[in-house]
Amino acid sequence: MVAQFSVSKDDWSLHRKGPTDQARHKEKVKEAIKNNLADIVSEESIITSDGSKVIKVPIRSLNLPRFRFDSGKKDYAGQGNGDSRVGDKLGDQSTSEGSGKGAGDSPGADYYEAEITIEELAEMIFTDLGLPNLQRKQSQEMTSEAIRFDEIRKKGVFSNLDKRRTLLEGVKREALHGHPIFGGLKNEDLRFRTWQEDIRRETNAVVIAMRDVSASMGEFEKYISRSFYYWMVKFLRTRYQNVKIVFIAHHTEAKEVDEETFFRLGESGGTKVSSAYSMAAEIIERRFDPARWNIYPFHFSDGDNWNDDNTLAVRLANRLVDICNIFGYGEIRAGGQYAMSTLMSAFYTGVKSERFIGVTIADKKDVYPALRQFFKKKEGDIDG
Amino acid sequence: MDSELVATQKAIEDIWQVAERLGLDPFPIEFEIVPAAMIYEFGAYGLPGRFSHWTHGKAYHQMKTMYDYGLSKIYELVINTNPCYAFLLEGNSLLQNKLVIAHVIAHCDFFKNNVYFQRTNRRMVESASASAERIRRYEFLHGTVEVEKFLDAVLSIQEHIDPDPFPRKAGKVEAHAARTTPYDDLFYIGDEKRGMEQPARVRRTPEEPRRDLLLFITENAVELEDWQRDIIDIVRAEMLYFLPQAQTKIMNEGWASYWHSRILRELDLSDDESIEFARMHAGVLAPSRQHINPYHLGLKILENIQKRWDAPTDEERRSLGRRGGEGHQKIFDVRGTENDISFLRNYLTRRLVEDLDLYIYRQDGDEWRIVEKSWERVREMLVNAAVTMGQPCIVVEDGDYHGNRELYLKHMYEGQALDLAYAEKTLRQVHVLWRRTVHLETVIDGKRVLLSYDGAKNDRAVA
Repeated sequence: MVAQFSVSKDDWSLHRKGPTDQARHKEKVKEAIKNNLADIVSEESIITSDGSKVIKVPIRSLNLPRFRFDSGKKDYAGQGNGDSRVGDKLGDQSTSEGSGKGAGDSPGADYYEAEITIEELAEMIFTDLGLPNLQRKQSQEMTSEAIRFDEIRKKGVFSNLDKRRTLLEGVKREALHGHPIFGGLKNEDLRFRTWQEDIRRETNAVVIAMRDVSASMGEFEKYISRSFYYWMVKFLRTRYQNVKIVFIAHHTEAKEVDEETFFRLGESGGTKVSSAYSMAAEIIERRFDPARWNIYPFHFSDGDNWNDDNTLAVRLANRLVDICNIFGYGEIRAGGQYAMSTLMSAFYTGVKSERFIGVTIADKKDVYPALRQFFKKKEGDIDG
Repeated sequence: MDSELVATQKAIEDIWQVAERLGLDPFPIEFEIVPAAMIYEFGAYGLPGRFSHWTHGKAYHQMKTMYDYGLSKIYELVINTNPCYAFLLEGNSLLQNKLVIAHVIAHCDFFKNNVYFQRTNRRMVESASASAERIRRYEFLHGTVEVEKFLDAVLSIQEHIDPDPFPRKAGKVEAHAARTTPYDDLFYIGDEKRGMEQPARVRRTPEEPRRDLLLFITENAVELEDWQRDIIDIVRAEMLYFLPQAQTKIMNEGWASYWHSRILRELDLSDDESIEFARMHAGVLAPSRQHINPYHLGLKILENIQKRWDAPTDEERRSLGRRGGEGHQKIFDVRGTENDISFLRNYLTRRLVEDLDLYIYRQDGDEWRIVEKSWERVREMLVNAAVTMGQPCIVVEDGDYHGNRELYLKHMYEGQALDLAYAEKTLRQVHVLWRRTVHLETVIDGKRVLLSYDGAKNDRAVA
C-alpha cells in the first residue's frame, strides 16, 4: 500500500497568535470597563467585597455587531428523552447559557464576567480626580510608642552598655600601642546605646459622613450613600496617609454612630438637617482642628427638610464651608422627577462658595458623575 | 520516533486499511500530534496561521478556559485541504486516537467526495498564511488601530456572502443610463468636447438583489483603498472556504460518527478498550435538551437510510422500486450529492422525529418552553435553520439610492424579526466600508421600517 498518510509531532509554537490576540481582547475589555464606569462603580459586588482583591464585573460581552435575529423571538430545536410534551419548561433565562453556531443555536445571555482588581478599577476611576481647595495644613506629628536604638554614645545608662563595642574599643586602644589583645577596660572605652522616639509626620483627612435616616429614606438611598462613601474614602486614602471617618445619622436629632449602624439605620420621623450640621461643627471643634485636618463633610438627604429649619441649615452649612476643604450635599431622588427641593434651593441661594458642591442622584449610575464632580480638579489646585 | 508515535502510526495503518476496504476514499492525511493550546488556537481561528484579530483571541481564551476547567475537550481538528491536516490532541489515549483517526478519515472522505466541496480551495492553509502576512504588513503600513477598525467592519458582515453553491456568473454591476436633469449642462461649461453630451455619471444598481454584500461592496464602494479591498477579498475567500462545512455540518458529523463506530467494531479491541470506546462514543453522541447535536442527528438519519434501503417495506418495494440490500450504496450516494438542507428535507422522517423526541422551543416570558412537536413543523424548522444557517438574509437592493450613491440593503423578512439594536450597530460598521449613508429595510411588528445611518446618527423611519 502506498503511504497515504504521515504522522508527526512538530513544534507549532512559532506560529502562535492566540496569546497576543487574547491580550488585545483583554485590552478591549478594559476599555469597555472604562467606558462603563458609571454602571460598575455602584455595583453591589464591589462595595460588599471586603476581602477579595479580584472582583468580577459583568460587562456586555464584546461582540462584533452583526445582523442577527432577535433571540427572544426565535425558535430553537432540542431533543428530549422520549417523553417531552408541548408546554414543558426547559429552563429560565438565567439558567440557559452558552452560544453555539449553526442549526439549532442554543440561546444564551450576552454577558461576560471581566475580572479586575479593585486597585485597577480605582485607578481608572481616580484618573484625573484631584483634591480641590487643598490648603497646606500643618502636618500632625504623630508620636508613636515605638523607640529605635540607632546611636552610640560615650555617656549613658549602664543598663544600655554596648558590651561588644566596648570590648572592641579596648582592643583598639591596646592595638595603638602595638598589642592587639584585650587588656582590661578604661572609662574611655565605654560605649552606650541610645534611643530615639519615632516621630512621623502625617497628613490627615477626615470624612464626616452624614445621612438622613428619616422615614422618607429607603433602601435605595442607603445603597447610594454607601457606594458613594466607599469610593470617597478609597480615593482620599490614596492622597492622605491617615483618613478617618465620622458617621452621623440624623432625623430631627443627630447622633454619632458606628459604620454598621450608619448604613443599617432606618428610622421614622421628620428631618432637621441643622441637627447634623451642628453636631458636625461640634465634632470638628472638639476633635479635628482645621489647622491640622483636611475636612470633608458630606451629607445625603432626600431634601425633605422642615421648612423652618432651612435658614439655620444654611447658616451652619456656611460655617462648615469656612472650615472645610469641600462641603458636599447629595440629594437622592429615586426616579428624579421632582423639582429641586427647598433645601437644595436654599443652599444654592444661601451658600456662596465654590467649596460647596451640591449633586443630585436619581439613579445608581449617578454615583460616578457625583464623585467626579465632587473631586473635580481645578486649575491651580495643589496636587495631593 | 517515540513509542506514542509508533503506536499511533500502527493504528492509522490498521484503520486506513479497514476504511478503504469498506469503501472510504479520503484525501491523503497528515496527522500531527499537538498540545492542547495549539488545538484550541486552531479551533478558535478556524485554520492554522489565519490572520490576527481580537475576536479570535476571545474565542481562543474561551475555548482554552473551558478546557482548563475540564468543561469541554476537543480530541481532534481536521482541515479540509489536499492533503488534509488532522491535529490530534497530545495525551489522547491510544483508544481515543483510534476513534479520532477513524472519525477523521471519514471527514476527509467527505471533503473529497461531497459535491458541495468541489470548489473549495484545497490549499487554504497556505492561502490563509499568505493573507495573514499581508494583513500584518498593512498593520505595519497603516497602523494596527486603522486595520483593526476596518477588519471589525468587514467581519461584522462576513456571513453575508452568497451561500448558493452554484451561483450564476456574478458579473459587474451594469452601468445604467444616468439620470438627466435640465441642469446637467452646467457641469460642462467650458468643456467643448463634452458640451451637451450625456453626462458620464453612472447609476450603480444591481439588476437583481445581491446577497453577496462583501463582493458588492468591494466592487462598488468608491472610496476604498487597495489594501482595504484586499482585506475584504481575504475575509470573503475564507468565508467561502468555510461555507460548505457549515452547509454540511449535520451530514458530515453524522458520516464521521457512522464510520468511527463501524470501523472500531471491525478492529480487534480489548475488553477495556471496548468499554472506553463505548463511553467516549456515548459522550460524543449525547443529545441535548437545548440544541440539536449534529453528530447524533446525522448518525441516526444515516443509519435509518441504510436500514430502509437494505430492508424496504413491501410498500416501498412496490411503489418506489427499492430492491433491498442497497443501503451501503445509498449512503455513499447521499454523502456525495446532498447537503444539510436536502439531507433533512429528504430523510428526516416522521418516525425519526418521534423516536428522537425532537421538539421546538422558544422563550415565553422568562422561561423557555417547548411549543411544537409536530414532525413536519420540526423538520421545517430544521431545514429552515440549515437554509439560513442562523443568519438573516440581507440583500443589496440599490447601490445608488436617492441617486446619491447611498447603499440600500433589504432584510428578506420571513417571519423572524431582527435584533434592532444589533442591526443599527452593524449599519455603522457597513458605513465604515461604504462611506456614504446606508439603509436597511426590515419589518418590525408587521410594518416595514427603514433603518439608516448617515455617519453621524442612526435613524428609524416607517418605510
